[in-house]
Amino acid sequence: MGLKDKLHKLKLKYKGKKMAPAFNAIHTFLYLPNETTHSGSHVRAADDLKRTMNTVIMSLIPCLVFGMFNAGYQHHLALGEIEAVSGGFFSSEFWTLDNLVVGLWEILPLVIVSYGVGLAVEFVFAVIKGHEVEEGYLVTGMLVPLIVPVDTPLWMLAVAVVFGVVIGKEVFGGTGMNILNPALTIRAFLFFAYPTWMSGDKVWVHGAVERANEIAGGAQLDAISGETILGGLAQGKEILAQAASHGKEVTYSIADAFYGFIPGSVGETSAILILLGGLFLIFSKIGSWRIMLSAVLGALAMGLIFNGITNAGWIAESSKFYALMNLEFWQHLIVGGIAFGIVFMATDPVTASQTNKGKWIYGFLIGFISILIRVFNPAYPEGVFLAILLMNVFAPTIDHYVVQGNVKKRMKRLKLKTA
Amino acid sequence: MAEVTEEKVKVKEPKEPLFSKKNKKLLTDPLADNNPITIQVLGICSALAITAQLKPSIVMAISVIFVLGVGNVVISLMRNIIPSKIRIIVQLVVVAALVIIVDQVLKAYAYTLSKELSVFIGLIITNCIIMGRFEAFALGNGPWKSFLDGIGNAAGYGVLLIIVAFFRELLGSGTLFGVKVLGDPIEKTGLYAIGYENNGFMVLAPMALITVGIIIWIQRSRNKALIEDH
Repeated sequence: MGLKDKLHKLKLKYKGKKMAPAFNAIHTFLYLPNETTHSGSHVRAADDLKRTMNTVIMSLIPCLVFGMFNAGYQHHLALGEIEAVSGGFFSSEFWTLDNLVVGLWEILPLVIVSYGVGLAVEFVFAVIKGHEVEEGYLVTGMLVPLIVPVDTPLWMLAVAVVFGVVIGKEVFGGTGMNILNPALTIRAFLFFAYPTWMSGDKVWVHGAVERANEIAGGAQLDAISGETILGGLAQGKEILAQAASHGKEVTYSIADAFYGFIPGSVGETSAILILLGGLFLIFSKIGSWRIMLSAVLGALAMGLIFNGITNAGWIAESSKFYALMNLEFWQHLIVGGIAFGIVFMATDPVTASQTNKGKWIYGFLIGFISILIRVFNPAYPEGVFLAILLMNVFAPTIDHYVVQGNVKKRMKRLKLKTA
Repeated sequence: MAEVTEEKVKVKEPKEPLFSKKNKKLLTDPLADNNPITIQVLGICSALAITAQLKPSIVMAISVIFVLGVGNVVISLMRNIIPSKIRIIVQLVVVAALVIIVDQVLKAYAYTLSKELSVFIGLIITNCIIMGRFEAFALGNGPWKSFLDGIGNAAGYGVLLIIVAFFRELLGSGTLFGVKVLGDPIEKTGLYAIGYENNGFMVLAPMALITVGIIIWIQRSRNKALIEDH
């Protein structure tokens, strides 16, 4: 007897019982659900929630795989065991088995903890509520390991996942009812609860924290500096240069930043793969191109404003904001997590604006505020997750006014006709 | 007319024992099923501000118990002579006087604590629970009942403050009353030796709100009668 039949039997056996949702979920997850709609209008469509979620996960896989290679690459590079990448995106220095092994070792546990803890919470709540298990966590569980530093302790991740899923989603009624994006709630929780593990120049490269502890213990070793580009810029360093170098002063070229050979959270470094994922989402009509485009425009607009301020000389070069303000406006898009946030987080269909006009406003403000926070937040120069969470809160308000505006317009038209 | 009915009540009152069932309810209800914070959702602001640590929370709880208990009695005694048009002003004067007493006592005997609590002792004046009880109870009931009601509500407020502060201080700073119960985070002893770290989010105000929210959630899921249907 196959697994499918066994599951089906279990489903029938536990029908109406407390544990029923758990078996139903496993069945639905592995096979096509055999439930049909009983009443109301029927629409034949292939894209159920599970398929939608899986499409997003597929678009995330390249970022995850790249993140694994990059974790190993940054680790070996920082230890001085390999040379920096010299060729293009397919450089042989980067795509080595050594790099992948370190990445797998460090990142698979993050993925497993994220899915394990998150789905456990979902199952518990489904059983308590007597609802079916919702597929909402499938994407969240993949996003979470991609937006945390590689050395994040697993228990912290587990605590944050429980908090994010329960407070960010379940208290509002589960998938589809949440105001805040759960993955970003988890990220924000981690950031405010354990800031030393989420920022600074030690957490982005695997091994840097250990090395720092060894040095503190009296070992004669060089410290590993694994600053992100934004972290470097916030301190006024010229970290983004024409040519990459890994001497005493670490610099990265623009190509490095675009391809993603830079330190950062696990899955957000490679702008080119995020771009590919974004195109995939747009062509499969899962992600909203309006939000992505308007967010990019918003970021560019804010970047241009800051460039204008520095060009006009309104701000002294000694100012601590100068380096980030002076960053070429388009370069903001390839450093830090803004591209990842715009493509995969801002477009979350539950928490984004629902109306088309609303999406333009929502997206534009996300880009705009991200760069604003990035420049003016000296302690932690990445603001995209805060910007998206803020706009998540305002999305229903935006929608309300868009709808009301439309109602008003139509009323006016009606009056004109009848008058 | 009003005075006549009042006298009737006064005649009736002594027959009731001091701790009759009804009176006891006045005292115990606000502790659980009619808690000023979780059910009436009053006094939230100070619950956010001072619950990062246990010690100030307990001082705050005691202060509010004193102010509300005594204030309720004073207002109740004056309830027949306060012109209703200026009753808010009279109430404010009473609270303000009591709060100043508390503030001065703290400054005299617990100076560091009073520094820690800073403006929040003064802000007891604006605590919605106090004006709420004056308006809703003390103006219409005798002094003994008002006293019980005041103590009960203030204690209900205080209990919640202490519960929230317990979790915030334990998880946020790893201490209770300033004692390092989980080990030393710098020396890496106790729990910190195996990689535990304090949750910095617990010290920030939003977590107080979320903690109160979780308590409300637990309370209502245990007692379904408390759930409002909207």
